[in-house]
Amino acid sequence: MSIIIETNHLTKFYGKSRGIIDVSFNVEEGEIFGFIGPNGAGKSTTIRLFLSLIYPTSGNASIFGKDCIQYGPEIRQEIGYLPSEVFYYEGMKVIDLLKYSASFYRKDCTQRILELSDLMELDLKRRIDDLSYGNKKKVGIVQGLLHQPKLIILDEPTAGLDPLMQQKFFNLIKQENERGATIFFSSHILGEVQRLCNRVAIIKEGSIIDVQDIKTLQKNNYKKIRITSAHMDEKQFAIPGVSNLQRSDGSIHFFYKGDINTITHLLSSGKISDLAVEDLTLEEIFMHYYE
Amino acid sequence: MNIFMHEFKQKIRSVLVWSVSIALLILVFLSLFQSFASQANMVSELMASFPRELLVAFGMADMDWSNILGFFALLFVFCQICLAIQAANYGFSLISIEESEWTADFLLSKPVSRTRIISAKFLAALAALTITNAVVWAVSFPLIKLFDAGQVYQWKPVVALLSSVIIFQLFFLTVGMFISLLVKRVRSVTPFSMGLVFGLYILNAFGDMMGEKSLEVLSPFKHFAPSYIVNHAAWDFPLMLISVGIILVSLVGSYVLYQKRNISSAI
Repeated sequence: MSIIIETNHLTKFYGKSRGIIDVSFNVEEGEIFGFIGPNGAGKSTTIRLFLSLIYPTSGNASIFGKDCIQYGPEIRQEIGYLPSEVFYYEGMKVIDLLKYSASFYRKDCTQRILELSDLMELDLKRRIDDLSYGNKKKVGIVQGLLHQPKLIILDEPTAGLDPLMQQKFFNLIKQENERGATIFFSSHILGEVQRLCNRVAIIKEGSIIDVQDIKTLQKNNYKKIRITSAHMDEKQFAIPGVSNLQRSDGSIHFFYKGDINTITHLLSSGKISDLAVEDLTLEEIFMHYYE
Repeated sequence: MNIFMHEFKQKIRSVLVWSVSIALLILVFLSLFQSFASQANMVSELMASFPRELLVAFGMADMDWSNILGFFALLFVFCQICLAIQAANYGFSLISIEESEWTADFLLSKPVSRTRIISAKFLAALAALTITNAVVWAVSFPLIKLFDAGQVYQWKPVVALLSSVIIFQLFFLTVGMFISLLVKRVRSVTPFSMGLVFGLYILNAFGDMMGEKSLEVLSPFKHFAPSYIVNHAAWDFPLMLISVGIILVSLVGSYVLYQKRNISSAI
């Protein structure tokens, strides 16, 4: 397994305002790597640094083992990028734009253009100006994938696509991944990240707060516990490892992280009428990170 | 080459509109010459009744309107304004249009260096301007011949005047491009290009009027003043060098700034 993306203390300030601060992580070959965070956390900034659309204030990033700035044109030969907002040259037809896009790559992409637009049900003869937002997005998908890149960078790709198209798009991404492409998938929608990704990095206010396996993230972390009891007071549960402790409608809710025996001990000390222990959904984990 | 072709195609319609408009301007003006020439005395009297400062400001002093070449020099000032606006429009939009319409993300994520992008775009704009230039050349000679009212004159001043067009265009193209890269964002090109063209025009007009030499040395309307070129059948060489200097500085500055530029995102 070789490393496809490597970032070292990557930092970007726009004047005085924060872009990202000291971001370091690696993406390995063949991964579908999720990058999650709310709007303004620095997801797009990170991606724009990968593509040298912007230059870092300090630190560096390399792709395929080559520095993003020094070898920019060379590494972009093997990158497919789908921006979150797609706008294209006025007055151009879909096919003209795709051909223009293909003309930058060394290989012949005609066949792949036809396959992809067929799959995404994209009409090649229409003018891009006349397309709906969702259809423009499809143009973006096709232009990002037509050269069969080794690294696909997706920046909130599903906005504007209907559920059926989203499904097709995810299948397409999975196929590209099976073919050997590495996927860097930035999103604020956890469901889709959960569905697709092997690993995720969570970014908050410009800093990476965690990089985890999707499964580990969900499993060995927090438990969500709900107790219904007439005799117990929520103050009894104020022990280390418990968070979000609250009482409502006669039941006590909290999140717990730590030795599970400690909590079972505590539970058996009183009389309870109902008990539920669940894993947190990714949403809840996510919200927890952002509190 | 693909970027060059793409950029050039995007400009074809604009080039046609500008070229035809400027050709029409030359045609309409020159067609008026015969009536001016036949009433030369009246025109001279009329002009004499205006304050001299006003005539100087509009580049109309020291000009013999009853002479076909003098008349051509007069109309060429208007021609220059049009050429300047066209060149400035192309210059200001060259890089900025990609950012105002968010296509920069598309182009810069392709495997090309920024140096290649700016070179291809610059050459495409220059090629487009050269077409307009060629049209100006192509219509000037036959139209002068057609409306010369049988006067005797030499072609040398006309050739000198038309030869200056390419440098004049380059001035506005490169300065426009340079300014567009100095500012954070060009939302609309027109205010910028109008400001640059009329600013420099007025600078020259006021400079002439006040006899203020220091201001006008910056203006290509002074460097390539049609009245001077026609009267001397040659360029004002030292002044022309100032234009060339500004062009070179703007060009090098644009390459440097574009190389370092942070492309702002759509959101």
